Amino acid sequence: MFLDKKINFKRLIIFISTFILLFLLAIIFFKSLKTENVYIPNQLIGKEIPNFASKSLFEDQYLESEKIFINKKYYLINIWASWCGPCRDEHPYLVKLSQNDKLKIVGINFKDKKNNALSFLNKQGNPYKQIFVDYDGSLSINLGAYGIPETLLINNKKIVLLKFIGPLNSQKYQKIIDAINNEK
Amino acid sequence: MKNKLFILILIGLFFSINSSYSKEDHLDELKKISKNIRCLICQGQSIDDSNSDFAINIKYVILKKLNEGSSEDEIYDFLKSKYGDWIVYKPEFKLYNLLLWLIPYFIFFIGGILIYQKIFKKNEKTY
Amino acid sequence: MLPGHIGFISLVFSLFISLILFFFIFQDYKSESQAPSLKVYSLSFLQLLTIIISFFCLVLSFVISDFSLAAVYQNSHTTKPLLYKISGTWGNHEGSLLLWLLVLSIFSFCFLVQSKYTPKKYRLLTVLFQNIITIGFLLFVIKTSNPFLNLFPVPNEGLGLNPILQDPALAIHPPILYLGYVGTSIIFSSALSAMIHRFVNPSWADSIKIWILTPWIFLTLGIMLGSIWAYYELGWGGFWFWDPVENVSLMPWFSLTALVHSIIILKKRDTFHSWVLILAIITFTLSMNGTFLVRSGILNSVHTFANDPERGFYILTFLFLLILLSLIIFFIYQPKDNSVKSFFLFSRETAISVNNWFMMFFLSAVLIGTIYPLILEITKDIKISVGAPFFNIIIIPFLVPFLFFMIFGPKLKWIKTNENLMSKKLIFNFFLSLVFSSIIYFFWGKTTLLNSIIFLLGLFLLLTLLFEFLETITKKNKVNIPRIISHFGFGLLIVSISLNTIFSVEMDINLKIGESYKFKKYELKFNSISGKVEKNFNSLLGSFSLIDPKGDISYLKPEIRIYNQPSITTSEANIKTNFFYDRFITMSNIQNSEFFNIRFQQKPMMIWIWISALLISLGGILSVFRQKD
Repeated sequence: MFLDKKINFKRLIIFISTFILLFLLAIIFFKSLKTENVYIPNQLIGKEIPNFASKSLFEDQYLESEKIFINKKYYLINIWASWCGPCRDEHPYLVKLSQNDKLKIVGINFKDKKNNALSFLNKQGNPYKQIFVDYDGSLSINLGAYGIPETLLINNKKIVLLKFIGPLNSQKYQKIIDAINNEK
Repeated sequence: MKNKLFILILIGLFFSINSSYSKEDHLDELKKISKNIRCLICQGQSIDDSNSDFAINIKYVILKKLNEGSSEDEIYDFLKSKYGDWIVYKPEFKLYNLLLWLIPYFIFFIGGILIYQKIFKKNEKTY
Repeated sequence: MLPGHIGFISLVFSLFISLILFFFIFQDYKSESQAPSLKVYSLSFLQLLTIIISFFCLVLSFVISDFSLAAVYQNSHTTKPLLYKISGTWGNHEGSLLLWLLVLSIFSFCFLVQSKYTPKKYRLLTVLFQNIITIGFLLFVIKTSNPFLNLFPVPNEGLGLNPILQDPALAIHPPILYLGYVGTSIIFSSALSAMIHRFVNPSWADSIKIWILTPWIFLTLGIMLGSIWAYYELGWGGFWFWDPVENVSLMPWFSLTALVHSIIILKKRDTFHSWVLILAIITFTLSMNGTFLVRSGILNSVHTFANDPERGFYILTFLFLLILLSLIIFFIYQPKDNSVKSFFLFSRETAISVNNWFMMFFLSAVLIGTIYPLILEITKDIKISVGAPFFNIIIIPFLVPFLFFMIFGPKLKWIKTNENLMSKKLIFNFFLSLVFSSIIYFFWGKTTLLNSIIFLLGLFLLLTLLFEFLETITKKNKVNIPRIISHFGFGLLIVSISLNTIFSVEMDINLKIGESYKFKKYELKFNSISGKVEKNFNSLLGSFSLIDPKGDISYLKPEIRIYNQPSITTSEANIKTNFFYDRFITMSNIQNSEFFNIRFQQKPMMIWIWISALLISLGGILSVFRQKD
């Protein structure tokens, strides 16, 4: 009799603990169904961008990022190339943003040919105050880029406020405007 | 039983030399690292497997860093600082990953105990 | 239009029939007859028939390109070849669920017919549990995943022309895999029913064996086919990526293999009752879990299936309820293993237990590796990746003791082994294997000690089995041929993968037209490129010559295809296979550059990897035929 009770107790414990384990797993699965699976990269947001340097697209100058990001303004870093279709699509937004007093746009020309890049700017307009040349792609990787086009909004302390993968559109444009108007 | 032991010792003695790949050849290291880095714009491929622009780009940067003398860990740290922990396939030995690495061995241990009980717990009815 | 309507109506009919079936099962349960009533048989058959009709109607809709059905519109195209129109039926979420239902009902009915020599009540209850599962899926399909949803106005042309999905291995992969997954439902239902009827004994083990072997065979083949597709289509030379969807098919395979082995113990020694039942529940749970995970959108994988959380929600709830039911039944009806037997150390039972021990280890490694990122993300909001390095580090070292036990385990006799296992032949085998692996280790390949030991043991296993097989013929020893074949297949798999890993030559470079590249006494020359316009894609065909160390030249022609509908670019590998190695090459263009990225690989023993998977399942097939005798 006593032995029977002991076995039952042991079984009950096992049953309950298995049930609890299963229940916890079920909750985790249920919750993960609700969360979005698109990984929004936030690795650099809130952090300071690293310093970088390269040749300028225009003159035979050597540009250094510490010397560029000195004004008390917001800066938009935009990675682009003449051969990139979506870059062409987003360009009008950049041109519009370049007219904003609070913002200066710095371009990074990614794996491009100088002539093609200049011709692109001639045709579409040049929103960039400065353009760094990223000949082999390493500069963009240093900024944690996924591909092009990609745009980073930094404040005057070089902290990344926003990151956009893919071309700008009206929503992203609005987000940028809001950010530079609202942030103290 | 004795024979088995003898053979096991033989194996141990025979294979007491370890091999390692040549460190001059950065391409081998590149491959090894690439297999451990996730291609972030592909669904579930390493940058070794992928031919996307992103993968080619990252491979180039890794090779550049290897040629500059960076170690494997330094490269992983660099990529993690830019893209997050999840770009590296091998989960780190951090505290929150402890369970991950330990649970399989724990289960193996439990299994061992169960089998031990089955074999060595003597019972009258062994037939 | 018409097939679509008939298909849907048939599906609804099936639901009603299934509900009526409940009633008749209960009625028959109380009756005194020794066999299920004709009503139960005929309703079961009707259930099957209505689902067959429904499935057939869907296939027909795809074949005639009936774009009034949303599923056909989204996944098919008039210019698709017939084979891929047909396979397009299950190449989408809704259609694949209908395939699930089809396989489920086929298995249910076959079980009813085949289980003649088992107690009636047990049979009825098994069919009842199957019916519960069937109804669950019928509701799921009709409510959330109806393949017969209509579109209006009816489009002229479909959207589904993804070229990556048009591949023979991929076409047949789901049906085979589902025969594996869904087959485990019978084991589950039967286990629950046997528990309730106190039928968990050697007689039950004997009757259920065929229902364990059959899904196991198909699951093995299904996994192999998926691997073949990944190798040929994704073209990067890998055949296993530890991708979550792959892992999800491997997990039930581990527990099913454990079942294949432990059911023998239940049959021969009338013990391990609870363990076999637990394995039965775990296997089915893992299969269903697999179905859930790949459709829910919570896994990050190359196989993107429908990412609809609502569907995931439904399956998860259903699965949870089923497991809860089985837990409760187990708790209440757990068989009391009265004859608590202990095993002798050197016995076959111990060897099989060791097999189960390792299978559970491998299972837990894959399981935790697959779902841990999920757990971490939900509980701590940290995102990590768990990939090949993790699985390799955990699993590969354990292959050493596993192979060791595989070599000596089967030699042990039931209950007790008295003789010395060390025979001259065994020692001879061992030294032969030692010689070969030493040659490879010291002279030929650069590889790790671990790989060499695994290769050594794999070879040892092969030779041992070969000798056992020869002994059967010469000495007419009674030996289990299916076991020898399956284990030989596994040994061959280990050896092939080892050689493949050690001796693969790989090269990833950027070349311009006209350039050459020399490596390890090989030379690869990029001769030319030619362009062609095909029906639905533009093609760039590269022409390469490979000069091997002997001076022989072989020609390789990788292709870049630029499709317009949908607009994607694929690299088609050119793969040359022979019995010793696969050579293949892929070419992709680099943005804004006249260089092409060329990847060349020479991978030895590839075809033997597929052959070993076939051998493993062949052993199972032979075992099934032995059952029937």
